[in-house]
Amino acid sequence: MSDVALPEPARRGTLARLTRRPLALLGLLLIAATVFAAVFAPWLTPYSPYEQHFDGLTLEGAPLPPGGGPDGAFALGTDLLGRDLLTRILFGARTSLVIGIVANGMALIVGTLVGVTAGYFRGWLGGLLMRFTDLMMAFPALLLAICLAAILQPSLWIVALVIALVNWVQVARVLYTETTSLAERDFVQAERAIGAGHGRILFRHLLPHLLPMIIVYGTLGISTTVLLEATLSFLGIGVQPPDPSWGNIIFENQTYFQAAPWLVFFPGMAILALALAFNLVGDALRDVLDPTQRARG
Amino acid sequence: MTLAEPHQPGAAPAPGASPAVLSVEGLTISVATEAGLRPLVQDVTFTLSRGETLAIAGESGSGKSITSLAVMGLLPPNVRPTAGRVLLGGTDLLALPESRMRAIRGDRVAMIFQEPMTSLNPVMTVGAQLIEAIRAHEPVSLREARARAIEALDAVRLSEPARRMGQHPHELSGGMRQRVMIAMALALKPDLLIADEPTTALDVTVQREVLDLLRDLRRETGTALILITHDMGVVAEMADRVLVMKDGHMVEQGPVAQVFEAPREPYTRALLSAVPRMGSRPPEPAPPPAAPVLVLRDLVVGFDAGAGLLGRPTHRVHAVEGVSLTIGERETFALVGESGCGKSTIAKAIAGLVAFSGEIEVAGRVLRSQADVTREVRRQAQLVFQDPAAALDPRMRVGDLVAEPLVIHGIGTREERRAKVEALFERVGLTRAQIDRYPHEFSGGQRQRICIARALALNPKLIVADESVSALDVSVQARVLALLKELKDQFGMSYLFISHDMAVVDSIADRVGVMYLGQIVETGTREQVFGNPRHPYTRRLIEAVPVPDPDHVRPPRPREAREIPSPVRLRGDPPARVALRDLGDGHLVAAG
Repeated sequence: MSDVALPEPARRGTLARLTRRPLALLGLLLIAATVFAAVFAPWLTPYSPYEQHFDGLTLEGAPLPPGGGPDGAFALGTDLLGRDLLTRILFGARTSLVIGIVANGMALIVGTLVGVTAGYFRGWLGGLLMRFTDLMMAFPALLLAICLAAILQPSLWIVALVIALVNWVQVARVLYTETTSLAERDFVQAERAIGAGHGRILFRHLLPHLLPMIIVYGTLGISTTVLLEATLSFLGIGVQPPDPSWGNIIFENQTYFQAAPWLVFFPGMAILALALAFNLVGDALRDVLDPTQRARG
Repeated sequence: MTLAEPHQPGAAPAPGASPAVLSVEGLTISVATEAGLRPLVQDVTFTLSRGETLAIAGESGSGKSITSLAVMGLLPPNVRPTAGRVLLGGTDLLALPESRMRAIRGDRVAMIFQEPMTSLNPVMTVGAQLIEAIRAHEPVSLREARARAIEALDAVRLSEPARRMGQHPHELSGGMRQRVMIAMALALKPDLLIADEPTTALDVTVQREVLDLLRDLRRETGTALILITHDMGVVAEMADRVLVMKDGHMVEQGPVAQVFEAPREPYTRALLSAVPRMGSRPPEPAPPPAAPVLVLRDLVVGFDAGAGLLGRPTHRVHAVEGVSLTIGERETFALVGESGCGKSTIAKAIAGLVAFSGEIEVAGRVLRSQADVTREVRRQAQLVFQDPAAALDPRMRVGDLVAEPLVIHGIGTREERRAKVEALFERVGLTRAQIDRYPHEFSGGQRQRICIARALALNPKLIVADESVSALDVSVQARVLALLKELKDQFGMSYLFISHDMAVVDSIADRVGVMYLGQIVETGTREQVFGNPRHPYTRRLIEAVPVPDPDHVRPPRPREAREIPSPVRLRGDPPARVALRDLGDGHLVAAG
């Protein structure tokens, strides 16, 4: 190995490097579109999500297909109660985003705290935390959710809390394993040898290494939380009708799946697109945040 | 350095030599990159006769391993030979399809690798792996393959070969595993054996045994041997001819005696002069006695191991068992010993990374437990690790890493720290422009310079260098050692220099302590310990060091691989302490 310097790669900001990747850019645009739809839903559609249109059903009482209604007024058709599907999906984006970000964010924070603390300090504290995590893992997630929802009045925020309580366990488990192996690495030992305190080692040295994993779990978690919300809504303990969420739109309309597939197709596509977008951005972020990958831009 | 023109192969094989087993002609190997083909090895030519040993020597990145992998047909997927021929008894191996190559590998050309643990399958017994290797190439019965396997283990002088057959790799020591690899390679009596750094991962006494074994086996079987190594001592001892490579080019090729005595190329000369040699440093007057910077008094470090009923530990690892030593101001004290002797554990105890009992005194401050190792103590004693790539956080800029000790100890403003880091970078031979880069953008030697700059940041009284130059190439190693000496003179520090490499220790130490199973068995000045070694273990260590001089004659002493004594003992059964006897002038030797 020679003692000469290697060429210096170009440096750019994280966002700039992110947007240079076509897939990451696509993901960012999809997320931006969803946020835009959620925030500006009342201005994007002339209808209310709760309004049952008189002309929103056929004479036989069946929902209208996309482009149905007078002058194609219902772009994505109507649901089985004659409500505009596009409007319900736009308003449903609010629920899904809140659940995805709040529930998942809580799960990540709790999981990271528990996993990293247990993995770094080990000892009796680590043992206690991980045994509690095992206990939570052994408990059926859905049963826990049903119990909690039965005790507490179902609402959007309660659903988010329930989902967070179910999801933090995996994050804690994975980060615990990763932290224990990181803490044994030479550079962490070197930090301790120069007198670095726990806070500095945890936040300046361990966390940057764990961040890619946290990001990947965070983005993967968004899709599972959206689906879990749908499941809970289906069981009647999630988002309460008539409030729309992408999950309960699907479950409300699933009996019509054969006759009116668009009722399941469009909200399904919305869930898929949002989950995919977060995954794309997460993958790209993981690479961009790693300095050893930076030479590839 | 400018690239030397490759030379044509040295003089034709000695008259009367048998025809070439292997002849490589104009071999060029390239890697496919986005920018097209980039050559890794260019125009390498050599021939090898039966029973001959060719050493391919060079530093990391010289292409020596790639060349051997090409002969084996084991190049990585994006790397391929682009010109030349590799003739094994008249067949061009490069032109053979993989299916025919597979039949040749192991049967006619065998290879042993650096790390025997990763080359053996950990969940299969040694015997099963040997039998599988034999039966993959020859249609023999299980019984016959078993007999051949035992024979092969016997040939590599493993004790109790029949019992070894039923053991798993983790039950064997490193030297025994490498013997198993050699047995596996030689079981099929190949024409050619390629050994890629076969002893680099082994302790020096074990390396000695493996080298002796390889030489005996070559004599007995007539197998041609290609030995790939960075160690010029190994080259001098083992090879008939040597091929020196640099940056993918052949620099020089010729008989070992000729290359060592009269190297033609400047690069070969530089490489040979960078090799540390035992006894090459003249005796120096002993430095005047100075105030102690580090004193260890009866230091003991142990770990519990094994779990019996109810998770109670059943064994105890006696890593350090009653070590006492004193290092004065501006003194370099070297601890030498083989892996597992506890030398690195002493470094960790001083840095407060493991719990200890006994006393450590750093710059006048007495520490009696791990909790006493405060931030202020760490400021006085800094650690430099073996692997600089692992010791630097890959996600931080090197300038921030060097400034970090200053930040932690609250020294200076941001601007002052920056100025200090710039000064440190220049002091260790790096440039200011490199401050904002990440560790992976540096070479191994540069990374170790960064680690040294980081250790210097707090102006410590003591630097503990734990195998700090072992992972570096010899030319880089020589420069880093020179830097360490300069820094000592300039800043007036003391070093605790921990190494397994006797030649490096001989070149840098003022005083030496030899460790064996957690205890010091001999200590004194460099001249006392290396010039007049009195303990049998010290003698064995010194004798085992490969000497980079082809004329050096060594009595052949084939030894069986034995089980190595272990520092892991049952609880309540501590090892016996050795008693040190003073032979005068501070030369202490364990009695018995």
